[in-house]
Formats: sequence, C-alpha cells, structure tokens
Amino acid sequence: MTCSLDIFFLEAVLNGILLAGLLALLSLGLNLVFGVVDVVWICYAELVMIGMYAIFFAYSTLGLPLPLAMLIGITFTALAGVALHMIVIRPLLDAAPINQLLATGGVLFLLQAAATLAFGIEFRNIGVHLGSASLGEMFFSWGRIITFSVALATMLGLRYFLRHSYLGLAILALSQDRHVMPLMGADSRRLYAATSALGGGLAGLGAALMVLQFDIYPQIGLQFGPLIFMVCVLGGLGNMLGGFVAALVIAQFITIGSSCFATEWGYAIAFLFFILMMFIRPQGLLGARS
Amino acid sequence: MSMLELHGVCAGYGGFRALNDVSMAVEAGESVAVIGANGAGKTTLLRVISGMLPASAGRLSMEGQDLRALPAHKVLSTGIAHVPENRHLFPRLTVEQNLRLGAFLPSARARFPERLDYVYGLFPRLKERRLQFAGTMSGGEQQMCAIGRALMSGPKLILLDEPSTGLAPVVVQQVFDLVRKIRDDGYTVLIVEQNVTQVLAVVDRAYLLSVGRVEMSGRSADLLASEAVQKTYLGL
Amino acid sequence: MKLNPAYAVGLAALVALPFAIRAVFPGSEKYYLHIIIQMLLWAQIYTGWALMGRFGLTSLGHGAFTGIGAYVTVMLWNFVGLTPLVGIPVAVCVAVALALLIGYPSFLQRIRGHYFALLTLAMVEFVRLCIIGLRDFTGGSLGTQPVRYGDGISLYAVQFEADRMIAYFVALAVWFVGILVWVRVDRSMDRYALEAIGQDEEAAAAVGINVTREKLKITALSAAMCAFGGAIFAQYQMYIGPDTIAGFGVSLNIVFGVVAGGIGVMLGPSIGALLTQLLSEGLRMFFQGSATLNAMLGSRALSLDTLIYGVLLVLFIIHMPRGIVGTAMDLWRRRRGGS
Repeated sequence: MTCSLDIFFLEAVLNGILLAGLLALLSLGLNLVFGVVDVVWICYAELVMIGMYAIFFAYSTLGLPLPLAMLIGITFTALAGVALHMIVIRPLLDAAPINQLLATGGVLFLLQAAATLAFGIEFRNIGVHLGSASLGEMFFSWGRIITFSVALATMLGLRYFLRHSYLGLAILALSQDRHVMPLMGADSRRLYAATSALGGGLAGLGAALMVLQFDIYPQIGLQFGPLIFMVCVLGGLGNMLGGFVAALVIAQFITIGSSCFATEWGYAIAFLFFILMMFIRPQGLLGARS
Repeated sequence: MSMLELHGVCAGYGGFRALNDVSMAVEAGESVAVIGANGAGKTTLLRVISGMLPASAGRLSMEGQDLRALPAHKVLSTGIAHVPENRHLFPRLTVEQNLRLGAFLPSARARFPERLDYVYGLFPRLKERRLQFAGTMSGGEQQMCAIGRALMSGPKLILLDEPSTGLAPVVVQQVFDLVRKIRDDGYTVLIVEQNVTQVLAVVDRAYLLSVGRVEMSGRSADLLASEAVQKTYLGL
Repeated sequence: MKLNPAYAVGLAALVALPFAIRAVFPGSEKYYLHIIIQMLLWAQIYTGWALMGRFGLTSLGHGAFTGIGAYVTVMLWNFVGLTPLVGIPVAVCVAVALALLIGYPSFLQRIRGHYFALLTLAMVEFVRLCIIGLRDFTGGSLGTQPVRYGDGISLYAVQFEADRMIAYFVALAVWFVGILVWVRVDRSMDRYALEAIGQDEEAAAAVGINVTREKLKITALSAAMCAFGGAIFAQYQMYIGPDTIAGFGVSLNIVFGVVAGGIGVMLGPSIGALLTQLLSEGLRMFFQGSATLNAMLGSRALSLDTLIYGVLLVLFIIHMPRGIVGTAMDLWRRRRGGS
C-alpha cells in the first residue's frame, strides 16, 4: 500500500468525486433506456465510442469548429440509438430480455469492428488540452470539473423532464404498462423511438466530454461499459439520482484504490463492491423494492 | 346518424371468433349497457371499438368517421375514451401523474387545469391522494382514478369495462352513482357489466350479448322484465 | 448407454480423420490439424457453457472460468513447479469455488435473467482485472507462457503441442468427454427439474424441486467444464493472455458460438465451434490471399471476422434463436411428422 492520509489522499478523494461526474453522465442515457423502459443495450459504451469517433472525424479530419463537431456527434449517436431500436430491439420487444442483451452484444462486436475498419487500432486524440485548476497543492483537470457540472445539470434536467413533461411522463408510463398507451392517445412506437433518440443523444453528450480527456480507440468501450452497467444497477434502475450516488461510491473505490494500489485494483475493488451489494441489496442503493 | 355505429362486426383471437356479426348503435347523450355471461364477448367488443383489437369484418364508425381505418392511438382523438378491464393504471406514477397522462392528447393539454378540477370535484378522495402512487390505492380508488383519467381527455363517449369487478358492494354502489353522475353531465356512456340489476338501473338501453352475438336489445326496463334475462342472469 | 449407429460411425470418422488428412495433405497436415484441434477445444468449452445456457441461466461470465482454468494451471507450473496433472484439478476447484460463491447468493436472492447476466459480467471483469493486477505473476496484459518441459511432449507437464497428432487425440478425448457429460445431464432427472425451473421457478419450487441446489449443481458443472477446457487450451496454445482466454470478449464469443450452433442440442455448440473457427480462419486466408484487400485494409482486416460475428449474432437472435442445428432439427421434425 503506497498511500497515507495526506494531501494526495484528499486529492484522490476529490478527484473521485469529479470522476463520478463522468460515470454519472455516461450512465444517464443507459439508465433511461435500461432503467426506465427496460431495454438492454449492452453495446451502450460502443455508442459512446462511435460518438467519440464522429466528433474526432468532424473536428480533426473535416476541420469543423469543436462545438459544431460535438453537436454532430450527439446527433449521430441519437440517430444511431433510434436505428438500434428499430433494427435490433423492436423485433425482440416481446422476447425474453436476455435476447436483447445477446443481440446488442452482436452490435457491440459490429461497432468495434466497424470502428477498427474505419479508423484503425491506433489511438486518436483531438488534441484539445484544457489544463488543470489548482487548489493549494492539489490539481484538478478542467475537463473533469466541466464534466461534473454537465453531469449534475443533465441529471437534474432529465429528472425534471421525466416527471413534469408530457413526453417524459409517457416514457415513464411506457415501462409500467406498455399496452395501455394507445388509450392515452400515445403511439408506443414513437415513444420508444424518442427514448432511443434521447438515450443515444446522451451517449453522444458523454462522448463529447470524453474526447476532451481521453484517447480514442475501438476497444475503449470495454474499459467502461461494464462499469456503467454497474452504476445503473447499483443506483437502482431508472433512478437518475441513484445513478449519481452510485457513481460517487464507485468512483471513490476506483480513485482511492488506484492511488493506494495499482489502477487495476481500484477497478477490481469497485466490481467486488458491486457484486457484494447485489447480494445485500439487489434493488440497488436507491431502488425501491419491487 | 347515431354517434357510435357498428354493423356486422366480427373479431377474434387467432382461430377463435369472439364477436360474430354484431350490430349496435349508441346515440349521443345516451347511456347503454352490454350485458351477458362470462366469455360472451363483452370485453372484446369494447377493445374492438377502442382499436386495441382489430375487427376482422364489419363497419365501425364514430360520428361518421371510420374507426377501422385508424391506428389504435388515434381513436382517442375521435372522442372515445376506454376505461379498460382491471383499470390498468400506471402503478408507480402518482394519481395526478396518471390523470395528466389522460390528457396526453395535444388538444387536451390546454384544458388540463380545468379538467383536473372537474375530476377532483367528482372524486374528492382522489384529490386527497393526488401524490400517492396509484398502485398502492384500494380497488375502488383505482377505479375512480381510471375513470377520472379517461375524463381528462374530454371525451364524448366513455367505454367502461366491468367497473364493478372485484369491488366491495358499497364501493360498487358508488361506482354506479358515478356513472349516473357522468351521464347527467352529458357524457355518452357504453358500459359492459356482469352486475345486471345494478347496471340496468343506470342506463337507458341495453344489449344482451351471448357467445359473440346480440341476442336481445331494448329499453332497460323491458330487458329487466323479460323472461330470458330473469331466468338466465337473475336466477329467477 | 445405447449408442445410435450414426454416432458410432461419426466417432470412428473423427478417429480416422488425422490419418486421412496426413494422406491427402502430406505437407500441411500440421496446419489443418491445428484448425480442427481449436474447433474441438472450443467445442468443449461451448458445450460446458450450454449446460447452463440451455436452461435459461445465461452467463456472460464464463470467460472467468476459462481464465481461471488456464491461469491457475500455468501459474502453479511456472512458480511452484506443480505438475498440471495436479494443477488442472486444482484450477477446476478454484473455478467451481468461484461459481458457488457467486451462484449461491444470486440464486438465493432470485437474481435472474439479464440481471444475472450483468452480475456474471461484473464477475468476469473482476477476474480479468485481478489477472492484470497480478502482473508480476501473470505477465499483465501481455500474457505469459507455461515453461516448456523438455522437448514439449510430456505427460508430467501435460504438454503435447509439439506433436499435432497427439494433440489431436487429446483434444478429441477432451471434446468427447464433454459430449458424454452433456448426454449424462440430458438423461438425468436434473434436466427435467432445470427445465421446470427455467419455465416457472415458483411452480417448480411448489412441486418440491430444490431450485437453488439444482441451479448450483449445474453452475458448478458448467464452470468445471469450462475451467478444464481453459486449462487444456493453455497447455495446447502454450500461451495465455487476459483477453485470449479470459474476459468479457471470450464470454461473448462463447455465447455467439453456442447461439449460432444451437443451444439445446447435443452437437449444437460443436457446430458453433466449427462455424466460428472456420469463419476466422477462412477470413484470415481470404485476406492474406487477396492483395488488394490487404493493401486497402492492412491490419484492420483482422477485425472483419468480428464484424461478421456481430451481424450474424444479431441475425441469429432475431431470426434463428434456436441456432443452426436447432432450426434444422425443427424443420426436419416438421417435414417428418406433419405439424
């Protein structure tokens, strides 16, 4: 163990909070699709990955200004989400949910391979460096600070949208009783499409913040994909606030574990924690018992 | 022209024919009941009208508009609101959220506040429980909420599918009082029921459905007095 | 156990196969045998997964069991000098222990369906991270090799890669035992209990079936088979890596293979292994042979098989969830006996 309770430990803890912002942001879209309407996109991280490549292509290859490139990325992933729903999920809506998981597993393969074919396995980077802010002897990357703020704002916005707008309420209702929606005058197909677009778009938003901080490569989804699922389930499926809390907890394990041991152990402990929590409280930290 | 018209409607599930050549009409402002034994096709009838089940043959129209040509989610905008069997509220949404979803139609959203007041006026108990999850309420309260939800869209015709099922007798009485009130407020009501005596007391006319066909129809007093109804359904 | 004559003929053909290959392709027998050996080894692993998968216990974590089988065996050999004859059983026990440790609370808590799958996903990630974390022993992300013993053929070191003929028969034996295990389970009372559980757990429990115990038994057996397969695979390949024999990617490969081949059928997983190995080898040859494609895609061409896997998996789940063999059997049955 190479750490003691000093300033670096505090820095790790605070960095953990900031990292939680990224995990929470990434999990929002998945929580909407998986947690709210109960559709399993195991390839969700790969949607983020192709969003990152889209932004990279628009910015670094086409030379478009970064905000526009990000907008393109978000639109791209939103459309990808809708396409994923229409082509893969729709035929499987009434089949066992495990089939959705397996079919989107196929899409996972597909997207990773497509990205490799299009861009190769080399690491790419958009080359934007935001620098760090300092607080005493501690340094925090601006990228992470911005991500945390965006995550918090998006989480609150999404929560409000779901509970107080007609479309949001209809999305919540969709997962509770899909067959009654026509009696409300609501077209289920349109609702699923809207949710998929929203979920995909949120993946794109995550991608926009990730390109500021990480290199892009086709397998990157395998690094955080399982982690995002853990965050959603741990927080209580469909609970956006729960996802944020779960992200905070998991991120602490990762950063403290990484600074005290090696990076892998931080993640390993996080997964171990998840497994244990599933046994102790399967509905998640803030989930309601069903 | 009647408000709701059915001519020779047939419908079924797979190979099973649940409705066979059913013809009926409901005039604006009327209240009409459909009675019959279990499995007679009553619920199927309402589901065909609201579009939840496609008709395989026949004509179906609301104020002259062909219902068979419409997808299920468009039927509500013709003015037909369906309160399904077993209520089907959204269990993890609050009473008020359920009611709001009843006003999902763009044309209904503008009138949401006034309609909400109307519904709360009809059901003061719902107003007390407006922030309670619908799934945690009693059967009677859920039925009120389901009817209220249907009213939120400002319908002309309300389809009620066995509203008294599974409810205590006192509550059943309240439900039928409510049907009377809605009728008096000007809504057209088509109600499907097993509870023959009670329902015939609140409607003008009734149809007797048996094995998917209309066996008999007429004014409720006549039906109540008829031998067939008395013997088969009232055990007399 | 009655033996259908067709199976006896098939088995005899498989025994004769390497000799036939040697006769027909005298120079390149090593290459063809290599392909078939891989098919057999993966077929055994796929069959092990299918023991659970056919009853609705879909695990995405079996990469952990193959990984444990491979790494524990090789670590014990490399660092303790323990012969794999003992090391492999030890590895299998470790895998079974993990399976029970994860399985018991899961089944008790009634964690099922895609939630169970996600739990197994956490498990396989945990194992992969531990493998990488213990890099001083395991070589981290680069992997490692079992220390070669003598000339590479040894019963003591369970090494046989140097002689492809011996390797072939080892693989054939391993595969055959796997099939026997599958058949044994198929004909047992547990199979019916597990099918009942798969259809309606509460009803099964009401009839007196010990749901948790049945699930644990099949999970332990499945983990044991995959761990064993992983260990033998390590001994054959003479190389192990956290992504080649462990990890979520391996789990997904297994699932794809079984789904494509046919999940509830004895030879389904084996056909799936045939398909996956043919696919990757075929594509590799195709691209090496084609100069234009090579120039166009370069090293990226390696991912083309993954692309095809992905598309096929989607198509199979949507249109042929019973896999090639399963669908073929359905068609055959319908032709034979009317509908």
